[in-house]
Amino acid sequence: MDTDGHEPMTRLPITKTPKPYVGGAFIRSESGRTYPLADARGNFFAHIPQCTRKDLRNAVEAAAKAGPGWARRTAYNRGQILYRLGEMLEARRLEMIDTLVRFGVAAGAAAREVDAATDRLVYYAGWADKYEQVLGNTNPVASPHFNFTVTEPMGVIGVIAPDAPSLLGLISLVAPIIVSGNTVVALASERTPYPAVLLGEMLATSDLPGGVVNVLTGFRKELLPTFATHAHLRGLSAVATPEERKALRLGAAESVKRVHFSELTGAAWFRDEAESLYAVRDFLEFKTTWHPIGA
Amino acid sequence: MLVRSASASLARLRDEVGSVDGVGLEERVAKYTTRSIKKGAKLWGLRRAVSMIDLTTLEGKDTPGKVASLCRKALRPHDDENVPTVAAVCVYPSMVRHARRALGSSPIKVASVATAFPSGQAPLKTRLGEVRAAVADGADEVDMVINRGAFLAGEFARVQDEISAVVEACGAARLKVILEVSELETYDAIRGASFLAMEVIRPGDFIKTSTGKTAVNATLANNQVMLEAIRDHFLASGIAIGMKPAGGIRTAKQALHFLVAVKETLGDAWLNNTRYRFGASALLNDLLRQIEKERTGAYQAPYYFSEAAESY
Repeated sequence: MDTDGHEPMTRLPITKTPKPYVGGAFIRSESGRTYPLADARGNFFAHIPQCTRKDLRNAVEAAAKAGPGWARRTAYNRGQILYRLGEMLEARRLEMIDTLVRFGVAAGAAAREVDAATDRLVYYAGWADKYEQVLGNTNPVASPHFNFTVTEPMGVIGVIAPDAPSLLGLISLVAPIIVSGNTVVALASERTPYPAVLLGEMLATSDLPGGVVNVLTGFRKELLPTFATHAHLRGLSAVATPEERKALRLGAAESVKRVHFSELTGAAWFRDEAESLYAVRDFLEFKTTWHPIGA
Repeated sequence: MLVRSASASLARLRDEVGSVDGVGLEERVAKYTTRSIKKGAKLWGLRRAVSMIDLTTLEGKDTPGKVASLCRKALRPHDDENVPTVAAVCVYPSMVRHARRALGSSPIKVASVATAFPSGQAPLKTRLGEVRAAVADGADEVDMVINRGAFLAGEFARVQDEISAVVEACGAARLKVILEVSELETYDAIRGASFLAMEVIRPGDFIKTSTGKTAVNATLANNQVMLEAIRDHFLASGIAIGMKPAGGIRTAKQALHFLVAVKETLGDAWLNNTRYRFGASALLNDLLRQIEKERTGAYQAPYYFSEAAESY
């Protein structure tokens, strides 16, 4: 009892509502639906928005709107912003490790995953103003032309993240896509979506323009068909089962969409082979120009 | 002679035609956006909206070539033969003859803005001359702007006399009277201006929200004020006046909301392009995009459809 003779009040818990990051804002699903998420011990953790194809449609609109501005940024600036995202992740390292542990990752492995994810961002940040020198070219031609090839981003790319490693997998797929000026609509792991929600909060504070990376939560079964058929998505980068791959390829064929599947599993995500210039190249278009130079 | 102040004139007009319950109105129109319109009804609405479009280009950089390609778009909006043609092409007076030539004998009307659009700030003689020139060049419809300065000063007789003069100058051409609602400032004023216009125009003529050249254009709320004015005028006089919201209607979803407003306020008799039009440029592409989405089941990319003319 305090001096006034009142019972001290029990402080009510303040729990966070997990919200996906879309178009620079934290949204609920337009459907209003959620699904309960339990942590590794089976305790209720939170209700996760169960995004629908309409949420996906809205996210694609947001990504398309953000695209031209993002692609017009200098390569140097895109590198700075990706590095800044690494800084944000580093600053909330402990929170992210706690989160991964809560959803069943062993403590040591969780720390390794967060550090690897941060390093991966820095790795691709470094490529931002360098990939063009390696992938673009001046071409020898047998005519009086200066012939050169430059790269261009494709547009809006869909990402289907793996269940494990939920954070490192998502970042490893997203970073090489956005570094070249593409924008992303990503579907977080269905089983472990919360690290992606947390990542959304970091994206929001990383100088990344709203809409460049959009992270949806929800059921793969519901959303994969729309990822496959949405004609405005120019490519897909996915971790998928054989059946899902078939469905994605079939759906993507109609709009001639580029589909890339990652073969990485388990520890391979942590190794050097999981980061590569070729991951940047996977979502670039090449433009070759013939410029007359006089005979 | 008694000199009446502008506010007293507006108050008197309000007493004559009735006032608008702004809070109730906004609540009512908010409900329009909650109707569930799916599948067949949606497709019907989308196609009907296409047939109601006044496909518009009103820019300083308009050229005969640009107007000609707009007309081709109007004649055949999409490969799908089930998509109707639009109602009209709306251009500046100098482009009327080019639009007329491009449209030939098709049923698509040529509409021309006139009367010193968008401000209306020219001598009456000049404005009437512009109307006659547009009609002589082949305009089937004329979109005029009212004298907002005179309206806000309470000179209602002058507003009506000018509209009457334009009616006369139109001859057989259909007239659409632009109130430019964003400059009228209150719902009561919009309702009052609607009645002033409706009292002097002919059956089958239109009242229209905006020029599309100001910050606020057609909204569900000011559309609703005008629809209710048309309804009340019709119930009192038996004269059916058409309605054209213009400016700011860019998406198919918005268009369906406006059609819901028409259906629930005026009924099916107004759900056709002799009594309801959309003044828009970008809207057509989004309608086509959604029609194609209904047909294929897949969301479409906007660049599959031709770029719309900007403005409006």
